[in-house]
Amino acid sequence: MRPFRQIKFLLRITQTQDIARRYFVVNGFDGALTMLGIIMGFYISEPANPSVIVNACMGAAIALGVSGVSSAYVSEQAERRRALGELESAMVTDLQDSAHAEAVRWVPLFVALVNGLAPLLISLLIIMPLWLSNAGVVLFISPIYAAIFIAVSLIFLLGVFLGRISNISWLRSGAQTLVIALLTMLLIYLFAGA
Amino acid sequence: MALLKRLVLDVLKPHQPNALEFSRKLAAVGHDYHIVLTVIEVDENTETIQLVIEGNDIDFEALQNVITSMSGSLHSIDVVEVHSEPAAE
Repeated sequence: MRPFRQIKFLLRITQTQDIARRYFVVNGFDGALTMLGIIMGFYISEPANPSVIVNACMGAAIALGVSGVSSAYVSEQAERRRALGELESAMVTDLQDSAHAEAVRWVPLFVALVNGLAPLLISLLIIMPLWLSNAGVVLFISPIYAAIFIAVSLIFLLGVFLGRISNISWLRSGAQTLVIALLTMLLIYLFAGA
Repeated sequence: MALLKRLVLDVLKPHQPNALEFSRKLAAVGHDYHIVLTVIEVDENTETIQLVIEGNDIDFEALQNVITSMSGSLHSIDVVEVHSEPAAE
């Protein structure tokens, strides 16, 4: 429990809770739309072996996760170092033994994990029906339809989450992200399908 | 034996942790500490505060460590109140 409280404290004093939340939504949305795009691509193409779809999606999911972790870690660490340097100048003292110095070590790691795990976990949820079908589990509907349904639902839920944190109507916010998902599907259908 | 009963400190600290969190962490150093934190001056990145700490036997080193760990910088010790205690027979 203590490490969790300490991370919350470090996020609070560096005022990076908002950044972590924003990363979660932005990259989670990226992950869901990417999976939706790949699956739609397979849907409008010649029927492919389910293992090919799973592998293509897994490859993209892992790449999104690694990209999310590494890019956020590098940029956030640079931001934290700069902020610590500014604070040390203002305080005219060395802060290496302080909570702010500890934040330089841990906050970028936490934010990077949020940024990388959000698209990875969301992608894994979307791939789940395809993976289950590939493993021999019989589903009630086509796994590709199930994956598309999960992707669209998660995109709607991310919109609901955004609505809740910004204190606007969750239904309206969810509908907005849902429209983006449907528009993406339509564009893929029109352009890739042609 | 002399017991430290009251201290008034002049401290420079960042805006975060805020005054409430800062004084709570200081109060947690002892079981009977009474802390009064007054913000004297606020700058762009920092604030100067006055801390009045009262307790039965204040542990100054522990307080100083907490102030440092919360990125504070002790500028001066303005008031010290020490009571001597008769040695045990």
